Amino acid sequence: MRAEVRKNEEQRSVFGRGIRIIVSYVRMHPLPFTISLVGGVLYSAATVASTIILGRVTDEIIYPAFRSGVNTRTLWGGVAALVCVVAVRAGAIVLRRYFAGMTSYRMQASLRTRVIERYRDLPLAFHRSRPAGELLAHAEADVQAATDVLNPVPFSVTVIFLVLFAVISLILTDPLLASVGLVILPLLGLLNRFYGRTVEPAATAAQQAIGEVSAIAHESIDGALVVKTLGREDSEVSRFDQRAAVLEQERVRMGRLRAAFEPAFETVPNLGIIALLAMGAWRLSTGAVTVGTLVQLVSLFQLLAFPMRMIGFVLALIPRAVVGRERLQGIFVEPSSMSTPEQGADLPSGPVGVSLRSVAFSYGEHRVLNDLSFEVAADESVALVGPTGAGKSTLAELLVRLADPDKGTILLGGIDLRQIAPGHLRQSAAVVFQRSFMFATSVKDNIALDSGASEEEVVDAARRAQADDFIRVLPQGYDTVVGERGVTLSGGQRQRIALARALARKPRLLILDDATSAVDPTVEAAILNRLRAELNTTLIVIAYRVSAIALADRVLFLEGGRIQASGKHGELMSFAPYEAMVRAYELGAGASRVRAGR
Amino acid sequence: MMRSMRPASAEDPEVSPGLDGAWNVLRRGLAESPELRSGMLYTIALAVVSTIGSLALPVLIQQVLDRGLGGNQEPRLGFVLWVCALTAVVTGAIYFAGRAAFARLTTSSERALRTLRVRVFAHIHSLSIAEQTEQKRGVYVARVTADVDTLSHFLEWSGVSWITGSVLIVGTFALMAVYSWQLMLIVLVSIAPLALILRLLQVNLLSSYDLVRTRVGQTLSEISESVMGADVVRAYGLDERIDRRLKGAIDRQYRAQMRAMKFQAMVFPSGNFFGAVAMGAVVLVGVLFGPSWGLSSGRLVAFMFLVNLLTFPLAEMAENFDQTQTAIAGWRKVLAVLDIPRGLEEPSPGVILPEGELSIEARGVEFSYTGGLPVLRGIDLDVAAGAHVAIVGETGCGKTTFAKLLSRLADPTSGQILVGGVDLTEVAPEARRRAIRMVPQDGFLFDGTIRANVAYGRSGAGRADLADVEAAFRELGLEDWLEWLPQGIDTRVGQRGEDLSAGEAQMVALARAQIAEPSILILDEATSAVDPETERALSEALRRLSEGRTTVTIAHRLSTAEAADWVFVFDQGRLVEQGCHADLLSLGGRYTDLYESWLGNTQLHA
Repeated sequence: MRAEVRKNEEQRSVFGRGIRIIVSYVRMHPLPFTISLVGGVLYSAATVASTIILGRVTDEIIYPAFRSGVNTRTLWGGVAALVCVVAVRAGAIVLRRYFAGMTSYRMQASLRTRVIERYRDLPLAFHRSRPAGELLAHAEADVQAATDVLNPVPFSVTVIFLVLFAVISLILTDPLLASVGLVILPLLGLLNRFYGRTVEPAATAAQQAIGEVSAIAHESIDGALVVKTLGREDSEVSRFDQRAAVLEQERVRMGRLRAAFEPAFETVPNLGIIALLAMGAWRLSTGAVTVGTLVQLVSLFQLLAFPMRMIGFVLALIPRAVVGRERLQGIFVEPSSMSTPEQGADLPSGPVGVSLRSVAFSYGEHRVLNDLSFEVAADESVALVGPTGAGKSTLAELLVRLADPDKGTILLGGIDLRQIAPGHLRQSAAVVFQRSFMFATSVKDNIALDSGASEEEVVDAARRAQADDFIRVLPQGYDTVVGERGVTLSGGQRQRIALARALARKPRLLILDDATSAVDPTVEAAILNRLRAELNTTLIVIAYRVSAIALADRVLFLEGGRIQASGKHGELMSFAPYEAMVRAYELGAGASRVRAGR
Repeated sequence: MMRSMRPASAEDPEVSPGLDGAWNVLRRGLAESPELRSGMLYTIALAVVSTIGSLALPVLIQQVLDRGLGGNQEPRLGFVLWVCALTAVVTGAIYFAGRAAFARLTTSSERALRTLRVRVFAHIHSLSIAEQTEQKRGVYVARVTADVDTLSHFLEWSGVSWITGSVLIVGTFALMAVYSWQLMLIVLVSIAPLALILRLLQVNLLSSYDLVRTRVGQTLSEISESVMGADVVRAYGLDERIDRRLKGAIDRQYRAQMRAMKFQAMVFPSGNFFGAVAMGAVVLVGVLFGPSWGLSSGRLVAFMFLVNLLTFPLAEMAENFDQTQTAIAGWRKVLAVLDIPRGLEEPSPGVILPEGELSIEARGVEFSYTGGLPVLRGIDLDVAAGAHVAIVGETGCGKTTFAKLLSRLADPTSGQILVGGVDLTEVAPEARRRAIRMVPQDGFLFDGTIRANVAYGRSGAGRADLADVEAAFRELGLEDWLEWLPQGIDTRVGQRGEDLSAGEAQMVALARAQIAEPSILILDEATSAVDPETERALSEALRRLSEGRTTVTIAHRLSTAEAADWVFVFDQGRLVEQGCHADLLSLGGRYTDLYESWLGNTQLHA
């Protein structure tokens, strides 16, 4: 019993939250919503008016016609009124539906825009902490769930007017017959409420069962190869069948509930009509009402049955909307990225030096960089070396301000990173990641990417990245579309295009974060040599291959969040921890990076 | 994962014969799901009865007006009460008929859908890997989830409303004809334009929904791109570009949705409007000519209610059209999966392989994926029992495919593979699984504990217990790692093993192979980089795992090739060189090229 009470309260609060959400939506797009409401009120009025006209047509045209005849003017007038009022009603429905759709689609667009703006402004760490699928689901499924409820809202709100108009017209025509309506209408309301409550948990359970079926399908089919090698097809099928059986059971449970309630929504008004006819016949025999009144009331009841169900539709959609909206709220309240200066400073021209002063950085509890200080002179080329998890990639991100350090300062060309105008920083400092992302556009555009680089500059950058040769033999050369729906490139080719992308910006600080790992080692060495010799830039390379490391002017050995040693590769080889690590690269991870041949 | 998020836009190019056209799909679908057919006639009969029941009300009105209160005679209240009571009983009965019909329909269609879902799922697992390319997997998942769910909606709503809707329309017209065939014709003529208008709306709706789907797909692509490339977007300050593209896509989607809305908003009201036109025509003609046709006033009033009854199913059927098309398309796709031939026929009972180390022979093996170019072009090779061999070659040279054929994940398109002198296609499936174990590249794990995942490794008789699983880790020298885990052997690995690092997942995959104690081990070396520490543990485990077994390693590292007894070099689906490492090097051919590129890494140091 107490559990029941708690459940009710919970539901009420979901309902309350749902109403608040709907109100907030309406505030954002009041105009289409209002027009839709006007359509709904007009619809309600026209619906009740049409029954009144039907009644009068019966009394003043049909019945007289079969007795004594009727004059042509009355006849045409009646017919015209009938057609007109329904035309108005049809127009009102169009108005209501169209603008209800507009409200909900506009709201969808607003929420979706807000989601992507959040994605744009949130720190990279946020993106890292969530799978891409989840981020997509927020922008698509959650937005849809959060806004679907808006579609039937204007209708269901204006059903209140319909009921109001209906009750008034009932009472005005015949208070005694009105009593039938006054019994039926609340009964329908109760039935709606009861239905909503009973079907909701069943619907939730079914939804969950679908989720589980789909999770197993995903996992099992993705792992089909392993399933086969282990000979586990049968047990996978029975695992799937178990879930499918639960889903069947839940769906059938819901279907039975629906089977019990759905027909009732027709049966109840029909029984009302029968009662009305029985009572009406008696009122008619006493001369208290006319046949027209009866016709009017019967058709009113017929027209009421469907709209009354709308309230139920909205109630059914509310929990989904609340869940969807609250999931989005989770994104909206995430703390934003770092602040940017309004009027930022510009960097000195030419290659810029880097200097770190007591920089510390943590991911949550995990301290990655600890009191880190070092200097890289302008035009110097430095290799950053260290075991996995030493914080090399984090450092690369801090250097181009993809995140701010928790403590300490980073200076670029002597200026605090936080003081540099963001646009200027992006032009001057470029990082190339190991995982090279290709946009679904042409090779040319992938390299230029809004940098304003000319065609020649693009080709020049590609040449320096040793990418020009293979780009030229692509089906459409530089215009070949790559990315998810385009030509598939090998990892090494993608990395070279990503490098060209950085070079096209003529950076004054270039950071390569394991950016040539999939490129053939001899090609890698050639690229790095050229970059060092020809490019007027400060170069910081994070690499695993000895060949790449040895090319640098200086090697920084990073371990435990600090620089443990610094010097030429040859010199450092006498430092035992460094030597051990480099040897490990050679034997293990380093060698594994050679995808035989490419 | 990303792929499955996308709307499946690429249709299967090969639609099975017999699945073209909606009727064929329907016929085939019913044939495949006997659960749907059993008792279907009874269910339909119930639905029809409950539909025809809605005609009772207009009849009641007519009876009350004409015979109860009609004409000049005294009102017969007794008669009115009697017919009202009768109709009330009929209405009650209709409720139960409707309820029963609906419940039966749900029960049988859900049962049918479950069977279909599971059958398709089982069929997918029975397909040869020739049909299991990466792209196809996402499609298969959609088939057993979203596509079957569309069907469920169709079977329980739209499908049945086609039947009830047409019964109601036909029934209403029939009753109209009884009252006055002249007026019925009038109604027919006045609502005729509706058919045309609904058809027009329909065509426009279909094309606008198509556009909406395309736009939704485009928005998703744009969002997915901005999310997947978040680091590049930030590092290169591409905010404006992304903003411009995303907002453009969102706006285009909105406009497509509103275009569809324009037509959608008109479907119902147009039914309403033509209902009113018909009503007006009925009143006009009925009043002018009714008396001379012998019509009564009650019948004319009843006629008006019949017209009212007509408009709802007409509009509903127009809206149904779209859903039906979607459902049929979904059904077709689901059924088409069943038509993909099973790749492998297992021999029964099949030959049992001898114990101990086994040799491998390939004779003229060719292979191509369905609809693809040849991947293997005539491979002939011998692996002695107990030998450790490596297969090397560039990405796409066919070495991984060859490994799959060795464990019979698919059969060669031509040629044969012999294991211990027995044709692989004649080996009993159980014996094959015990003797040959393949460890795929990604070490895919199932959601569950490490222990359960390793225990999966031993199928059939003699299920592995805790001690066996622990022994497997110990034998591979991985017990330290296991101890280091928070929950040890009962640590959960997450979906697809994603809670573990790539290296850790591989360790579990190796233990899973170890526990099976196979005679032949096929290793597809992982390419994913792991830290040196893990790398060392893994290579040690691999060494122990392959001890005393015929081992074929698909090598991505030349150090593995260097250590092998014999090396096969694949190039574009052909075996181009073979020999031991040293001999191959002195040959100065393909292998030398591969080796030199590897040397590029160490020469500076050495």
